[in-house]
Amino acid sequence: MATELKEKANSYQNAFRALQGTRDVENSWLDRLRENAMERFVELGFPSVKEEEWKYTNVAAIARSNFEPALSPEAKPKSELQLETVGSVPEARASQLVFVDGALRTDLSALSALPEQVVALDLDQALADERYSEIARKHLARHADYVVNGFTALNTAFMNQGALIYIPRGVTVEAPIHLLFVAQSEDKANFPRVLIFAEENSSATIVENYQGAEDARYLTSPVVEVVLAEGARLEHYKVQRESVEAFHVATTAVGLGRNSSYDTTTITFGAKLSRHDIVVTMDHEGAECWVDGLYLVTGDQHADTHSVIDHRQPNCTSHQLYKGILDGKSRAVFNGKVFVRHNAQKTDAMQTNKNLLLSNDARVDTKPQLEILADDVKCAHGAAVGQIDEDELFYLETRGIHPDLARNLLTYGFAEEVIAKIKLDSIRQQLDETVLNRLNARLEA
Amino acid sequence: MLEIKNLYAGIDGNEILKGISLTVKKGEIHAIMGPNGSGKSTLAKVLAGHPAYQVTRGEVLYEGKNLLELAPDERAREGIFMAFQYPIEVPGVSNAQFLRLAYNEKRKHLGEEELDPLEFKDLLKERAKVVEMDASFMTRSVNEGFSGGEKKRNEILQMAVLEPKLAVLDETDSGLDIDALRIVAGGVNQLHTANNAVILVTHYQRLLDYIVPQFVHVLANGRIAKEGGKELALELEQKGYDWLKAAPETNGAGAGAN
Repeated sequence: MATELKEKANSYQNAFRALQGTRDVENSWLDRLRENAMERFVELGFPSVKEEEWKYTNVAAIARSNFEPALSPEAKPKSELQLETVGSVPEARASQLVFVDGALRTDLSALSALPEQVVALDLDQALADERYSEIARKHLARHADYVVNGFTALNTAFMNQGALIYIPRGVTVEAPIHLLFVAQSEDKANFPRVLIFAEENSSATIVENYQGAEDARYLTSPVVEVVLAEGARLEHYKVQRESVEAFHVATTAVGLGRNSSYDTTTITFGAKLSRHDIVVTMDHEGAECWVDGLYLVTGDQHADTHSVIDHRQPNCTSHQLYKGILDGKSRAVFNGKVFVRHNAQKTDAMQTNKNLLLSNDARVDTKPQLEILADDVKCAHGAAVGQIDEDELFYLETRGIHPDLARNLLTYGFAEEVIAKIKLDSIRQQLDETVLNRLNARLEA
Repeated sequence: MLEIKNLYAGIDGNEILKGISLTVKKGEIHAIMGPNGSGKSTLAKVLAGHPAYQVTRGEVLYEGKNLLELAPDERAREGIFMAFQYPIEVPGVSNAQFLRLAYNEKRKHLGEEELDPLEFKDLLKERAKVVEMDASFMTRSVNEGFSGGEKKRNEILQMAVLEPKLAVLDETDSGLDIDALRIVAGGVNQLHTANNAVILVTHYQRLLDYIVPQFVHVLANGRIAKEGGKELALELEQKGYDWLKAAPETNGAGAGAN
């Protein structure tokens, strides 16, 4: 088995060699970064369940598969791209970048709603552009660590699709910036890479959206790095609706500047197996973050969230609410670490993970962890796993609502706590609909 | 409308109702009074079909049908409504959403057209006047963060929307200040017609100043210890419940301490 996996790793290595051979532009720091990352991946390989951080999530099926890095758009689409997919965030009709099987589709993208100074660019172009290479060089791969995570190493080695988003000092972007990644082809490995850099006192909303052709089997493994300078504000939504046969292994790494504000919600509906590592580092005073999420899985889906919120400086505030709804034989993992370092006095950290099990065969492993080294802090955390409340159910029944419908309504209500805080109407309504459809409830939101 | 015959019921093997018989006709208001632990709330829950309570003997006929065979939601669609002593909070589900769903489930059951959100909004606005509730309550989650009085008003709002044939109000007066009591009672009075019936379960006479029953039944140790007209409630107010404990035919040794 070990040898077999080694060979699979080699196939990525061979693809990498072939790719490096085709690059005509010399970019020494970037080439070195890619080389280092590939080297590291060869050393690390894919994670194994023997590693503590991957104990509950077995990625052997990814390692065994012959996914081919999606480098050229010689796609064999499983189905035609649905236009409603592209228009799924109408607020972003003129502020979106659409990637299909790894390649930017300029015909589907539009940026006219963005202020002139704002940059939303295909990563490849950005890296080749002198004006932005400084930003890229300073921040790319500085937040998402490829030394410990094999998937991040692989993404870093192959990073060729994705976007650079740059919001200059003081600019407020009204239109949400929509990054849509569609996987249309089978057996491809997609490695989207996004760098979001928001300068001092800027403000923006970003939607990161993943979709796939129905029942297609592929790997999407994105890495998103977010850097907020002093006083910057970002609302960041991630909606993962990959095909139910797909694999989605993602890392989001966030660095928060002084008095910056980062509000993120991750919605997980899709993929056979998904893993999301989100790391928020608060290395400057006065930053505040909301790191929320909802996973709704059924059948034999597996959804794993590993979250790290790292309070390194005083007077930072973090809020975390993750909710899970599990049906069928699905399985979820929530591992949430909150670190409060020695000098992070006056930290205010609140973490909650709540899970609702709709079937006896569903299972969740939840582990909120709080490590506090400072003494003047306000911290609380908690986790709960439960079923539909019988008193609530009876109450609805006494109003003439059939027990099945009542269960759906209560499940919908459970999800609402996370969905209701989403400020983008279209996303919120779609999520409402998805939850209701999933629950087969005859309700209109 | 409702005929309870020699009803025995309990929870977790403890018998609480020990032979209740009661007949309620259209247009009537009945008060069920009694000390704590006498079984009056149990009677309300048994009528609503609470799954934790078991009926061990006797029968309950509602419009000639065996009520005990119906599931709680079927009873509700057939026109039985229970206002809860402690209304349940339903996070994430708005009052309007919940009420429309319940309303439409009933309409469907009766073979009537369902109302769309806009039509229902108008109806809700009209019915909300009964308990002087404003629109802000409709978008809030059911009972979540409501004060005690608001929760009870919300119960009566649900009654106003669902228009039950038989409403069982379980301690609807408990925890209400005088203004809220006036509003809640006023709502019930507006909703009571010659074609429906109300059963008020209450510990205190106070509520009966506002909603005047034709019949008062006093429970003690799971039985009806005394029955009469509205003046019986006043008598209880003066004498308390203690004198009932000495009432004959109770064999409940050890029961009714207090």
